[in-house]
Formats: sequence, structure tokens, C-alpha cells
Amino acid sequence: MASLAARRAKDTTVKVVSTGFAVLAILLLAWILLTLVAKGLPALGLSVFTNVTMPPGQNGGLLNAIVGSLIQIAIALAIGGPIGIFAGTFLAENGKGTKIGSAARFVNDILLSAPSILVGLFIYQLLVVPFGGFSGWAGSLALAILVIPVIVRTTEDMLNLVPVGLREAAFALGAPQWKVVMMVTWRAARAGIVTGILLAIARAAGETAPLLFTSLGNNSWSVNLSKPMASLPIAIYQYAGSPFDDWVALAWAGALLITVGVLVLNVVSRLVLARSH
Amino acid sequence: MDATIDSSGATGRIPIHQAKSIGGLSDPLFVGALWASGIFVLILLGLIIAQLFLGGLPALQEFGLDFLWTASWNPVTEKYGALVMIYGTLFSAVIAVVVALPLSFGIAFFLTEIAPQPLKRPIGVAVQLLAAVPSIIYGMWGFFVIAPLMAAYVQPPLIDLLGPIPVLGALFQGPPLGSGMFTAGLILAVMIVPFITAMFVETLESVPPMLKESAYGVGCTTFEVYRNVSVPYGRTAMVGAVMLGLGRALGETMAVTFVIGNATRLSASLFAPGATIASTIANEFPEAPIGSLKLTSLLQLGFILFVISFIVLALSRALVRSRLD
Repeated sequence: MASLAARRAKDTTVKVVSTGFAVLAILLLAWILLTLVAKGLPALGLSVFTNVTMPPGQNGGLLNAIVGSLIQIAIALAIGGPIGIFAGTFLAENGKGTKIGSAARFVNDILLSAPSILVGLFIYQLLVVPFGGFSGWAGSLALAILVIPVIVRTTEDMLNLVPVGLREAAFALGAPQWKVVMMVTWRAARAGIVTGILLAIARAAGETAPLLFTSLGNNSWSVNLSKPMASLPIAIYQYAGSPFDDWVALAWAGALLITVGVLVLNVVSRLVLARSH
Repeated sequence: MDATIDSSGATGRIPIHQAKSIGGLSDPLFVGALWASGIFVLILLGLIIAQLFLGGLPALQEFGLDFLWTASWNPVTEKYGALVMIYGTLFSAVIAVVVALPLSFGIAFFLTEIAPQPLKRPIGVAVQLLAAVPSIIYGMWGFFVIAPLMAAYVQPPLIDLLGPIPVLGALFQGPPLGSGMFTAGLILAVMIVPFITAMFVETLESVPPMLKESAYGVGCTTFEVYRNVSVPYGRTAMVGAVMLGLGRALGETMAVTFVIGNATRLSASLFAPGATIASTIANEFPEAPIGSLKLTSLLQLGFILFVISFIVLALSRALVRSRLD
């Protein structure tokens, strides 16, 4: 064995390097945020929120993209939210210890990390090809499939923290399962379920790849869900790769909006959870 | 419930046959909805795989299994093969894991052993926020900020220094474009570090304090305890964590599409432009009309990506669960 001095030196070196790595991670986050602020803030005028996307040089905004994103996220949540909460409840209550339950939990874990672009291809095959066109509905459904695993996982984890005694007490009073779940377990795990929904919104807001083949994007104002629909990530993708300076500037403004929104949702969800425990 | 009590009459007692039906129709409906949602999640994965397989079937019929090891991707001659993309997907993901692994080990060591208690949570959250930044933002940052830096300051000295070395030099050939495999791998590394670190920390915190204290008791340094007690104890789950990072890196689309250069030819060099399965699908899709051989080839690529991701993620989960259960 090496001398004590050598071992101490090694220990100190590793500690310094590890601390350096942690600092590096924080610096990288700061670097990304500063880049976004530096390039996005100058372009973030009022017209970004009041004008729709326009050809280069005509002072276009991102209004249709922002509204499109909000509509598609809302529909994705309206579809994926209940399914996710119910499936998460199933895993924590009825499916516990059953084969179907563990299989569903396994599948959900895979879906949580599966490439999101494949969900886009799936919806493309399922809806866009048979119904003859890209649509806001297809985009919303693709996002719904992406939010389901997030909500399932958080709901299950949070319900598992609810003491069994609470459920037993409710059942002992003669309450049917729907009452036990809705009035006791869901209520006890409320903060956790809300956290899951916030994280799901954050995920849906930033996803680009699955929308490429489903809602496609739309450069004019449209809230018709049966037609191609604009979204913030797609607009950013389109504009960032363009040769026009004002489009690239708009892309940075959109990137700043999305990132701030997503990070705020993440921090808020952590605060909601921390406060409830 | 109220209705049942009312019908029980003045005595206030509920006859047992009525008490049984307290839930009425609502309970079977509710429980049925729970089961249906669980089963829906279960079959969702199967539906996705089936759709991708069926969509890619015409390409499979046209090219057979040769599709897997054909290197050409030529829309003019309608000859498509997946080799370049499979290679690019694996190569960029492996670079990501190789870079992310020491970082994650270090950050996890810092968070579990070094960080003062009040700093632990904020720093941990900051690292986790790196995972929350959307993929497309990494793409823009990589394209506009990192790639120019790589082209100006990182790649030229590496090419000059390591390029002439035999064998190893093959990794450092070509012009310093900025974009390419290496840049894509680095960006992917930043994106997967939070996932790997979080699971490392979770595993390391489950090491029984007694084990660590015994090691400290015989005079081990902090690093020696980490290296010889904590890490070996959590080894299986930590390998699982790395697999999860790999799985995430394999399917990442937008960040890679911006910085990999999108060239459908094979090169051993780290700095050469390439393509991954996901970036190819994102890039080529707009020029692939419904019913074209190109579209079915892209769907076939998607199917291959799903199979690769599924294997890696399933393995990861098996390893992580085997420790936690």
C-alpha cells in the first residue's frame, strides 16, 4: 500500500477534480442560459407576442407558434392526464403484485426513455397517413403519448408514499374503491400528482421531434386542429436553420421563452413537492 | 351511499345485502377504468413497435436483411441501407457515455461525500435542470456556440497533434468542421450526465452506513471508501444507470441533428460529419412522400432504433431493479 501522504494526496486530488466537475455542470447550465438571454432577449419585443410568423424582413412574431403550442399541450394533457393518473393509480393499487401490473410498469419505464421521434413516426402511421394530412390533432396525440409515462411514473411513486393505514381506514368505513381512491389516496398524494402534471407540461413544451411528422408547423394563423398547426419548437427549428438574421433572432427569442418556461415548471414542481413533505 | 342510508328506514341500520352494493355501478366502472388505463399503457409499446414494423415492411421486402449492413443511402438510385446510421448512432452514443461517465462519477462523489449539507440540494437541482433543458435548445447552443469553438480551438490542435500517429490517428482526420460525431457526442454527454448522476446518487445513498464506517474505521480516506466500498456495493445498479444514459443518447434527435453534420457516409474520424438514425429520420422525412421507398426505409430505420433502444433500456431496468428490489 502507498504511503499515507500519497493516499492523502490522491484523496485531495480526486476531491478537487470532483468538485471541479460539479462546478463545470453548473457553469454549463449558466452558459446555456446566458447564451439564451444574450441572443434571445434583444429579439424579444412585444411583436413576438402580437405578430404571427412572416417572411423574412417583415417584422414577424411567434404568436401562432405560441398559441399552437399551448393548444396542443392542453389537448395532450386533457387526453394523457386522466389516462396517466388512472394507469399510475392502477399500478399503485390494483396492479400491485399482478403480472399485468409488473408488465405495465416495465413498459412504462421503457416508454419514459424511448426515443420521442419514434412516437412521432407512430402517430404519422396511425393518423396522418390514413386521414390524409398533418393536423393539430395528430400533434396533440403524439404529445399525449409522451406525457403519459411521466404522469404514470410520478402518480405511482406518490401514491406508494400514502400510508396503507389511510386506505384501510377508508375501506373499513365501507367506502367503495372509487371513494377511497378519489377522496383519500388522491387527496393525500395531491401535491405529488400535480408535480407529475407540471413535469409532463414541461416535457411536452420542449418536444420537437414528434411534432415534425404530426402537426408539421404552419406559418400562418390557424387554430383549426384538423389542419397543420404551428408550435414553438418547430418554429425554432425552422428559423434557427434559416439563412435570415431576423429569423435566427426570432428562433433565439423562442428558445429563451421555452427554456425559461420549462425550467420554471421544473423548479415549481420541486417546490410543490418539497412543501408537501 | 346516501341513497342506501335513506332506504334503510327509520332504524338507521343498513341491511347487509344492501350494504354490499354501496358502490353501486360506479365502483365496477371506476375499477374497470383503472384496469383499462393500465392495460392501455401495456399495449401502447406493442402498438408502436407493430406500426413501425408494418410501415417498414416494404423496405424489408425490397432489401431484405441486407438493409442492416448496406452503407449506401442514395435517393437517386433508390438504394437504401442502414449501416451508416446504425454506426453513427452507436458511435455518438458511445462517445457520450465515455465522456459522461467520469463526470457522473465525480459529481456523484461530490454530492454524496464532499458537498456541505446546505449546498447539496441546490447543486443537485442545478445538475438535474441540465436534463430539463429541451433537446432543441442543446441543438442551437451546440450549433451556434460549441461547433464554432470546436472548429477554431479544439479540433485543429488535436488533428495536428494526434492525426499523424498510426492507427489512433485515424480518429483525428479530416478538416476541422466544428460539427461532426465528436461535437454531437459531447452535447449528448452533457444531456445524459444528469440522468446517470441522479441514479448514481440514489444508489450511493442506499449503501449501509455501517459498511462505510467500518472502512473509515480501518483508516480509509474518503475516496478509498467511495472507490472500494460504495461503488462496488452499488455496482449493478450503477451499470444500469450507465445503460439508461446510453439508451437516452441513442434516440436523441434534435440536439444531434443540429451538430452532427448529416453526411451519409462512413468515417472512422471523430471529427467527420455523420448521421444517426434519429437525425436521418428528422432530416430526410420532408423529402419522403407517402408510399415512397424512402419513407418505408425511414420507418424501417425507426424500427431498428426502437429495437436497439428497447434492448438497452430493458437491460438497464433489469440491472437497476435487481438492486433496488
